Amino acid sequence: MNQWAFVAAAYAITLVATAILVAWAYLSMRTAEAEAGALKRP
Amino acid sequence: MHGYANPARFLRIARPATGWLFGVGLLLLLAGSWGGLAMTPPDYLQGETVRILYIHVPAAWLGMAGWASIAAASISQLVWRHPLAAVAGRAIAPAGATFAALCLATGSIWGRPTWGTWWEWDGRLTSMLILFFLYLGYIALASAERERGGEGRMAALFGLVGAINLPIIHYSVLWWRTLHQGQSISISEGSSIAPELLWPLPLTMFGFTAIFAAVALMRMRADLARQKMEARLRRSAAE
Repeated sequence: MNQWAFVAAAYAITLVATAILVAWAYLSMRTAEAEAGALKRP
Repeated sequence: MHGYANPARFLRIARPATGWLFGVGLLLLLAGSWGGLAMTPPDYLQGETVRILYIHVPAAWLGMAGWASIAAASISQLVWRHPLAAVAGRAIAPAGATFAALCLATGSIWGRPTWGTWWEWDGRLTSMLILFFLYLGYIALASAERERGGEGRMAALFGLVGAINLPIIHYSVLWWRTLHQGQSISISEGSSIAPELLWPLPLTMFGFTAIFAAVALMRMRADLARQKMEARLRRSAAE
């Protein structure tokens, strides 16, 4: 049983999930702030 | 705390803080992961799999700290009617759920080579799984209340009641001695982990915590922008 395979799997899952979480939060913030900004302009 | 009840004042601090928290968090995370993967020796019992510690422990900490923050926001909302409390609760929940799920996933991957099983209905594992389901319930309840235009008081009550699970998770390894090991790091008794293995852990702990805080701030900013937009649309519809 290669122990590094388990280590790599754990790090890969964490990396992917954290990246998705950050990207989702960033995109929703940018979209909402852009839409709110566009509505403010006459 | 009430000084930041004004969303405009909160946003003046949150805007620069978001980028700083994310940048510092990423640097700490990279340094801690590099240290944990390349610079520490393998454990004499667990071998290379001990390196999962540097992501599993921060994930567990953030899963629990996330709910503790939701409970604090719930008290703030129910007692003082802090206008940002419901926004904070809604912002924290998806990040907390993600880290609770990561704790379960990395723990399962760690358990297979060390315990010989992916899953066991052990006290710590089961209470952590319950925490993950509580997060899902909170997200569903808070979203439903927001869509109906409510103040989020039901979600706040749920957040407060769900906090009962936190001491259960913490003491589960003492109450039910089954598979999960006991506490390795304690404020009063120090750490039973060798210093040459321990040093990357604070780096990944602070790194993940800073990224968690950045995500919560981003989601709070998105929620406040949407609230502002909805208020403007309501005003223009009324005119």
